[in-house]
Amino acid sequence: MTTGLWIHWFLPGILITLELTVCGAALAAVIAFIAGVGRSARHPLVRFAAGLYVEVFRGTSALVLMFWLFFVVPLAFHVQLLPMWAAVLALGLSYGAYGAEVVRGAIAAVPAGQREAAIALSFTPAQQLRRVILPQALPEMIPSFTNLLIELLKGTALVSAVSVADVSFAAQLARLATGESLQIYAIVLLIYFVLAFAITRGMRVLELRTKASVGQLSTMEIAR
Amino acid sequence: MTWSWDVAAAFLPELLAGLRTTVVLTALGAVVAFTLGLVWVLALRSSSRCLRWPVAGFVELVRNTPLLVQLFLFFYVLPSAGIQFSRSTTGVLALGVHYSTYTAEVYRAGIEAVPAGQWEAAIAIGLSRTRTWLGVILPQAIRRVLPALGNYVIAMLKDSPLLALIGVADMLQHARAHGASTFQYVEPYTMVGIAFIVISYPAALLVRALERRLVY
Repeated sequence: MTTGLWIHWFLPGILITLELTVCGAALAAVIAFIAGVGRSARHPLVRFAAGLYVEVFRGTSALVLMFWLFFVVPLAFHVQLLPMWAAVLALGLSYGAYGAEVVRGAIAAVPAGQREAAIALSFTPAQQLRRVILPQALPEMIPSFTNLLIELLKGTALVSAVSVADVSFAAQLARLATGESLQIYAIVLLIYFVLAFAITRGMRVLELRTKASVGQLSTMEIAR
Repeated sequence: MTWSWDVAAAFLPELLAGLRTTVVLTALGAVVAFTLGLVWVLALRSSSRCLRWPVAGFVELVRNTPLLVQLFLFFYVLPSAGIQFSRSTTGVLALGVHYSTYTAEVYRAGIEAVPAGQWEAAIAIGLSRTRTWLGVILPQAIRRVLPALGNYVIAMLKDSPLLALIGVADMLQHARAHGASTFQYVEPYTMVGIAFIVISYPAALLVRALERRLVY
């Protein structure tokens, strides 16, 4: 492994992987909240639409979805997406569907009395959601979101199959250039592992903060 | 939207051939994952640190890194170490090893959920260690975690198209080959995507039904 490989392929590759993770996670979070709230909605049609979205995108394979966005959408709908955008869209759509289930579960876990109290105080439905339900549901979601974020980080490797130059793509180029397969793939695995570790630690901090903000933090956790 | 039923009909036999491969390889991968996961969890519960720590490190590393990279590692590194496997075998191994780190976690939860009284009773009636595990603990633990294992089999099914990237002739690979030779991409890829939904959605319903039956 020469420094040239690092400067020209691996470091930009790591950057692309991070970009995909961040953008994919942002899109997935937005979709997850919309679909998750939709699945908890009172109107049956809204529930059905959200449910349909979740089952379709959870049901299919992320890689197949990515190929579909890359090869079928331009032919069938005459819309050419930039590779980066297609990749982010594929990641956001599939992991958003998983996230929607997490949001739905966390909303269902908020005690019914909280919603009733909000109704009694004549909060509008939007206020109930924003001021009462979601702040309490959020800490519940974070451990599952951490797992999903790790899955998303791992999922970003799929983009190398459609020639987006992430760190896995850099590994393939480096393998072709040097033939040192074991060394290269071992380093790439280590890179992903370090990124995953950083995500886990960061999300732990976020969990404690969101818990503290709604007064759910036990004294034991504060002491740690 | 340009959809041709003729193209769809022409691709159907290939889709079915690919489906067979997809299902068979997923099933074999699941067998590997279920077996290896059990090995990991038994090693993690052993009293020897020399066994526990390396296995714990390996499981964490494999679980937190992409299957795609592991697949390529198997595919390109094993032959240079003198181990020649077919593409399908390599794919099944990679899929199985990756998901064994998930099933290990599932087994662990299941074993910890077996009440302590069961262990004590096994000791009290003088069962050997092996018989305690095989006759008392594992049957109860595995029954509890069957739905969770089922969910991972569905996840493996959805990850199995990755094997197409090392040239295994699964559904996705058939679609890629069909597209490359005829320039018809719309129908094959769409059909493959729908095929996954058609299999995995009923499978998910089945797992949910199993969950209700076993847990409550």
